[in-house]
Amino acid sequence: MRPLSYSRVADVATAIGTVAADPDSTFLAGGTTEVDLQRCSVSRARRLVDINDLPLRHVEELPGGGVRIGALARMSDAAQALPVRRRFPMISQALLLGASPQLRNMASIGGNLLQRVRCGYFRDVAAGCNRREPGTGCSAIPGINRGHAVLGTSECCIATHPSDLAVALAALDAVVLTQGPNGPRRYTTDEFFLLPGDTPHREHPLDHGELVVAVEVPPNPMASRSLYVKVRDRESYEFALASAAVAVRLDGGTVADVRLALGGVATVPWRARRAEATLVGAPATVESFAAAAREELAPAVGYGMNDFKIELARRTIVRALRLAVGDPQLRDGRPTGLLGADGGGREERA
Amino acid sequence: MTSYAETAGAVQTADTAVVRGPHAVVVRLHVNGTPRTVLVEPRVSLLDALRDRLGLTGTKKGCDQGACGACTVWVDRRRVLACLTLAIACETHEITTIEGLSDGVDLHPMQQAFLDHDAFQCGYCTPGQIMSAVAFLAEGHAADDDQIREWMSGNLCRCAAYPNIRAAIRQVRDAATNHLPATAAEGGSARPGPAGAGPASGGGPDATA
Repeated sequence: MRPLSYSRVADVATAIGTVAADPDSTFLAGGTTEVDLQRCSVSRARRLVDINDLPLRHVEELPGGGVRIGALARMSDAAQALPVRRRFPMISQALLLGASPQLRNMASIGGNLLQRVRCGYFRDVAAGCNRREPGTGCSAIPGINRGHAVLGTSECCIATHPSDLAVALAALDAVVLTQGPNGPRRYTTDEFFLLPGDTPHREHPLDHGELVVAVEVPPNPMASRSLYVKVRDRESYEFALASAAVAVRLDGGTVADVRLALGGVATVPWRARRAEATLVGAPATVESFAAAAREELAPAVGYGMNDFKIELARRTIVRALRLAVGDPQLRDGRPTGLLGADGGGREERA
Repeated sequence: MTSYAETAGAVQTADTAVVRGPHAVVVRLHVNGTPRTVLVEPRVSLLDALRDRLGLTGTKKGCDQGACGACTVWVDRRRVLACLTLAIACETHEITTIEGLSDGVDLHPMQQAFLDHDAFQCGYCTPGQIMSAVAFLAEGHAADDDQIREWMSGNLCRCAAYPNIRAAIRQVRDAATNHLPATAAEGGSARPGPAGAGPASGGGPDATA
């Protein structure tokens, strides 16, 4: 690891002012990405500004049933927070299915959203990588790309966005709140996570020194029975090959409303709008779910080793939707689903 | 611009924070109940500071990139990875390592359980496994085998001693469920417990989180 200098700050204004004024600096929160990437010489920052003393750890319920999660809340704390568990189980599940208990105790919510891709070529400074070093090419397209994306890719980059949390936030229309040298800003997840296009090194619209201070999730009654399904090579402590965050509201046997987002298969947290549009008004059947999954993956592009992800993503969508509606034909379907033992379509009061 | 910045709460881009390093600086740590001072560069991990500067070599360096769990210690009684933690960032926090777990020569019940169940082969991952296991029981999760597997997944064992590790954890879980905490029964010696623990004990609290 190259030499580093260190500052510790106690308030938001000093944190922003310090990083904004020093182009070689960056914020240090949980450190699980930054220290790791310092060690493999991928991070360029020469000075870390420790923001862990800032008062940004609070998780609070908002009027109307939304929730605001402070950017420095740890993954483990946010996952256990009652308003999150009760109102937005998909967020809690996404957090608890990510990383390991130790990493979840360290990693912050803001850092989770800003984490870098896990592409092996991005982490290998000897390899070409447009995201790390613009203009050096993408080694993954002709290379080892089993874990890479099939949606939202470009000729410049096919790295998968690694966050589970961000998938749930995309499904729920969450807003990322920042403070920066140019004042406070609010970003939708679509605005916050940039497609690689021909500028994969530009991952977020943030100015240097702009600090994520919180995430706000707007009220969503059907999210109280939402869920997150994650498919991976091993049962625990592994990134997704495909994942789905889903919330459904049924009217009788018809899909009245649905939120669906995908992880593990796209370069950004992927809101499945094509599938959503197909599902609304359709009967809540496996056939409808499969049709929606086909529609969502229609623009998918495989790169060889990751071709299987296209079919895996379809099946993950169908499985998540079946779990969400409590399909009794599903062998491990949960009895708490909307079509569960207590009859169809009833909204559970949180 | 200025008026917008003022009303919108923008901040001046003045770099007012104290800069330490990149040369070695004095870092004050609190390890296993004892204040310690080390002279380290800001880039030095808590793991390297513990092992190379403080001689606390019980904590092991496995992958050094946050993947294996061998370096698990407690910071403020929560289990974390010492390899991805900078020593300088720990100055106001309380660090507990495997050396701080036993009460003098009396092993912590989890250490004894690992011996009783032969819960290791080469032993390199064992300190991290034990620090993680004690924290796991204190966190209040249900401690059936599925939950042990899930909540201990951050500690890899390349010898694959997992069945015996689970047996060791079950032993401590059952002792805590069936009896008063051992330390309380023995007169309440101050054995350290991680965050979430009730009375300082080797076992976990009730599983009702």
